Amino acid sequence: MNRSSPGEPLTHNDNAHHELIIRVRDLDLWYGESQALHGIDLDLYRNNVTALIGPSGCGKSTFLRCLNRMNDLIPSVRVKGSVEMEGRDVNDARTDEVALRRLVGMVFQKPNPFPKSIYDNVAYAPRMHDLVSRKPDVDDLVEQALRDAGLWDEVKDKLKQPGTSLSGGQQQRLCIARAIAVRPEVILMDEPTSALDPISTATIEDLMDRLKLQFTIVTVTHNMQQAARVADYTAFFHLGEVVEYNDTKTMFSNPATKRAEDYITGRYG
Amino acid sequence: MSQSLDEITLQLKRRHRQSRLMKWLSMGALGLAGLFLVFFFTDMLMKGLPAFQQAQIQVKAHYSEQASKMPPAAVDEDIRDLVSRGWLRLIPRQIQDQPKLLGTTRTEWVLADGQVDQYLKDHPNRLSEDARARVDEMVAQGRAELRFNLRFFTSGDSKMPELAGIMAAALGTVWTMLVTLVIAFPIGVMTAIYLEEFAPDNRLTQLIEININNLAAIPSILFGLLGLAIFINFFGVPRSTPLVGGMTLALMTLPVIIIATRTALRSVPDSIRHAAFGVGCSRWQVVRDHVLPLAMPGIMTGSIIGLAQAMGETAPLIIVGMVAFIPDVGGTITDAATVLPAQVFTWSGEPDRAFVEKTAGGIVVLLAVLIALNATAVLLRRKFERRW
Repeated sequence: MNRSSPGEPLTHNDNAHHELIIRVRDLDLWYGESQALHGIDLDLYRNNVTALIGPSGCGKSTFLRCLNRMNDLIPSVRVKGSVEMEGRDVNDARTDEVALRRLVGMVFQKPNPFPKSIYDNVAYAPRMHDLVSRKPDVDDLVEQALRDAGLWDEVKDKLKQPGTSLSGGQQQRLCIARAIAVRPEVILMDEPTSALDPISTATIEDLMDRLKLQFTIVTVTHNMQQAARVADYTAFFHLGEVVEYNDTKTMFSNPATKRAEDYITGRYG
Repeated sequence: MSQSLDEITLQLKRRHRQSRLMKWLSMGALGLAGLFLVFFFTDMLMKGLPAFQQAQIQVKAHYSEQASKMPPAAVDEDIRDLVSRGWLRLIPRQIQDQPKLLGTTRTEWVLADGQVDQYLKDHPNRLSEDARARVDEMVAQGRAELRFNLRFFTSGDSKMPELAGIMAAALGTVWTMLVTLVIAFPIGVMTAIYLEEFAPDNRLTQLIEININNLAAIPSILFGLLGLAIFINFFGVPRSTPLVGGMTLALMTLPVIIIATRTALRSVPDSIRHAAFGVGCSRWQVVRDHVLPLAMPGIMTGSIIGLAQAMGETAPLIIVGMVAFIPDVGGTITDAATVLPAQVFTWSGEPDRAFVEKTAGGIVVLLAVLIALNATAVLLRRKFERRW
């Protein structure tokens, strides 16, 4: 593979932004004895949607969790290499993972709202981080986050109801509202639509389009059409390596590598 | 060649017969268990309910100078043997407390002797033919009858069955359980939180886990020995007190609470923890704000059941001196006391037949308290249960 420099996408996307936000270099990761990531180099740009695609078990979700150190929760995980954000290595001993997760939010595969009211789901984290304390400020922030997540009109009359009373797609948007309520820099999405029906999926895809104006989105997806629709750049993972990192249009029309082409055309995966 | 529906049905007959048989057998087992329960409760109630009534007789009480020196002189000689000696003994003190009484004669309902009580309840008794005749006569005149036995619920133990009450033991149980709760609940819950949410999964924590599970299966009397050795002999905690009893029972309850709490914590789905970590919660915030509220019903149910178990425990308390004769009601956690099951045990060993109904009455009270506790557990569970 002939890249200009490791970590940069092969083809330039003229419509995308190119201010670097996260620089990953030579990232290795082990689960106990077995190595799950091999020397990942990847540049992620601000206000873009970057999609990570690849067959199951290729390490894309594992990689995603490196970006906010959710892998710390798994005892056997060992990481080598650098994940730089704001000029600091997030794996550095001096970086507090709790502070990091305040800047790098996450949306999970299965909607997992807290067993609290819709209002409290959104208000909990900003209150905890002392972003707001006065009741009217909290109200404003909850409304803004729910509006940004495209959920406000559906729930404004039932903010006191439990978050779990919503439909699956609404729950996932509530989780997105919860994530953006603390104004993070980056939002990680781990297959955010895989548990949803097509209509809810389309709603969330529209949402990602709008959210990237304020945030940087990194999303893992099994759905290639989704990557093609929402992403500015796409990285294809296979067997723990980044096989190809490319402009999304080029990736799906004219992939540079044979393996990416085979995967995209459905020859395996 | 495929089989016809009839052939298949024929083959199925045996399997259907088997499931019918198993259904009947399991229903039979349930019925048997229910029968035992009904039998036990009826027996206890039949034997125990009479303890809530006590014979009283109407006498002319002479609060005279002589009576204050020699109490039996307070009642006329013809019924002196029918009156409770315990009541007679209290007369000098009554006169001392209320000097106005001195020199008066009052017609009063007073406690009858235990044998009279047993006779009125048709239980075996040692009354002489002559005394029985006199009691019969008093009953006919409306001067002897069974009345509600308030004393049973307000006084402590006594060697005279008509005076014996459950209050000292009930209060002892309350104090002991309070000590147990205050010690075992926080320590048990925090231990479980550490093991489940903070501790790394290594040899050491596995060893701790195995040992906690083993502790839950240790015969309870060994905890009594431990309490004796450590709390009484080493730390010098006063013996026979709710303090030492509660501490000993706390040792016994700890593993139950730890195991129940761990199970409750483990049943909280990891997705909730991930969600909390994902918005930047520290580990303690995850536990306090998200995991504990969901686990609380399970923790409380487990703890209440652990406490109920401790409440019915007698063996370890024998060793720390709480199975004792305690006539005084009240006191604090450092005064000698006994507990309900120990009181039942003490009464069951009394030679006087009149204590048989006291024993059963004590069991009825103990069961009522236990049922109340378990009902509380169920209610708490209902109230705090949340879906996710």
